[in-house]
Amino acid sequence: MRELILGAVAYDAKVIPIWDGFRAWFAKRGLPFDYVLYTNYERQVEDHVRGELDVAWNSPLAWLQTVQRNPSARAVAMRDTDRDLTSVVLVRADAPYRALPDLRGKRVGVGAGDSPQATLIPLGAFAEAGVDVDAVKHDVLLGKHGDHVGGERVAVKALLAGDVDAACIIDGNRLAFANDGTLPPGSTRVLHHTGAYDHCNMTVLEHTAAIARFTELLLGMDYADPEARPLLDMEGLTKWLPGRTSGYALLERAVKRLA
Amino acid sequence: MNVVDLGELGLDEGAQLLVKRALSSADRVRVVGTSPTLAIDLPAWCRARGHAFADGVVTRGTADRTVGAERAGSIDVAVDDPPARWGLAARGSLVEAGAPSFEIDLTLSHKPNVWADEAARLYAQAAAAQWDPATAIPWSAPIVHPDEVEDAIVQIMTYLIENETAALLVPARFLAKLHPHFREVMQLLAIQAADEARHIEVFTRRAQLRRDQLGLSTAGGQASLATLFDEPDFAIASFLLAVLGEGSFLTLLWFIRDHAPDECTREVARLAAQDEARHVAFGLAHLARHAQLDPDLHGRLAAAIERRHAALAHTSGLNEPVFDALVLLAAGSWEPADLRRGHLAVVKLVADMDAGRRSRLARLGFAPGDAERLSALHTRNFM
Repeated sequence: MRELILGAVAYDAKVIPIWDGFRAWFAKRGLPFDYVLYTNYERQVEDHVRGELDVAWNSPLAWLQTVQRNPSARAVAMRDTDRDLTSVVLVRADAPYRALPDLRGKRVGVGAGDSPQATLIPLGAFAEAGVDVDAVKHDVLLGKHGDHVGGERVAVKALLAGDVDAACIIDGNRLAFANDGTLPPGSTRVLHHTGAYDHCNMTVLEHTAAIARFTELLLGMDYADPEARPLLDMEGLTKWLPGRTSGYALLERAVKRLA
Repeated sequence: MNVVDLGELGLDEGAQLLVKRALSSADRVRVVGTSPTLAIDLPAWCRARGHAFADGVVTRGTADRTVGAERAGSIDVAVDDPPARWGLAARGSLVEAGAPSFEIDLTLSHKPNVWADEAARLYAQAAAAQWDPATAIPWSAPIVHPDEVEDAIVQIMTYLIENETAALLVPARFLAKLHPHFREVMQLLAIQAADEARHIEVFTRRAQLRRDQLGLSTAGGQASLATLFDEPDFAIASFLLAVLGEGSFLTLLWFIRDHAPDECTREVARLAAQDEARHVAFGLAHLARHAQLDPDLHGRLAAAIERRHAALAHTSGLNEPVFDALVLLAAGSWEPADLRRGHLAVVKLVADMDAGRRSRLARLGFAPGDAERLSALHTRNFM
């Protein structure tokens, strides 16, 4: 079988052990597999549509960019943790704000400029509510579409320091920041909660035997398998699910509105 | 359906423990509570753990990291050959499968080579018998002996420090290679190292009571100790160091305890000897067990003594400055009659060391003739 090439964005040093691990795991199961790391999703999308990659491990924004360039793009798999995410708008607990319109003209801390979860979707919510805000971007590693959690952490710290009036982060990070001490108990409250959206997916543009085998192996990965479990833990999932593309409407709307 | 009421407690405040507890006994749990962010946190928490969530009900996911896990033996009983994959896991713990392979070189992982049933008891004894150098030693006790006798004591302390350093470092190097599954042995070797650290401290402090400088470290003494570092086999190293070396040292410390002219020197020797006796006991215990399981061990131990003797043949071995200092210490003065008495005492010391070594060799199962021959080959540096 021809070697399957996957593209992924190196948002963190752990990306190398993750895909080295997958490479060994696939090889052991008879699928020749290699990967190419990109510094940004834009270049990965470009290479993918030019036929350099078989599979792209895409952010939701990269998925939209790909499908815009090639409408036959399909999502073959996604993590269980990629489905039905929401974002929250946090304000300080003692702030007088109760709803989005109260933040009109205020400084709203967001993540990286291209982060779907910490910037585009929350700002889309402000735009849909007809509320103009002064968006303060925290561009930690632009081009990574917010995969690096740094931007959200900086936004939260800016909120706690009083530098911004609100901060936008993904729902799970609110819990993570509470547990790691970034968000002291009772220091903030959730002012707004966005609708649900999906996150990353494995995007393909063709139907090949290698892609079919890749998808089959991925969906068969079992958390009970001690060889697979460390890879699943590092990649942040308990099982792969078939790709679905119904969860990107909110982001698509936000991107159009903010364009 | 089971219902868990979190009350006001949020998932950012520890409420997840209540949810996990409920899920441990039921596949589906309805979660209720009044935390203002519960409706946001609960789906996010479930998503990250592979649990399904809908309409306030959590359905437990299938992800379970204990699948394929194995028990690392049992708390009280060490297995013969613990696998390296158990790594640092506590003996008797449940070890998750798929941990990264342990890179530390745990070459001491065969129970017969390291184990002694007495290790736990000796460790407990050692832990209970730790003493504080600051309060256990009468540092202010009067010193009225002649200056040259004090110089002799400083020379003896110099020699003791050097030898205790070897007694600390040699087992410590094996400790780093011991599979932690052999918990009691690991603890015992660690506390032995702490014993030696304390001995080094008190010998140094004793030497400094009246002098700014230490005595001579001889090339022969160092050559003798260096051979202990060259020995890669735990059984042989502990035979040479613990049974023969520290065994001889025990007699030496008793000698100092009995003959030193001042209370402080007598006390540092007495307390150090107390600890050394445990070190010798462990060496004897694990080697006796090892010898029962491995009929070739006696031959290897005997060969090791002969090898070490040959390696040291080109050195003087005998540590004359120490020998002289011991005579003077026992004499307590330059009076010929006292020197004769001191000399006789040191000759008796050497004979006592030999008798002690032969008795320990016999306890390990060496025939009297072999014990006598092998004891005579022991380094003249004592350790």
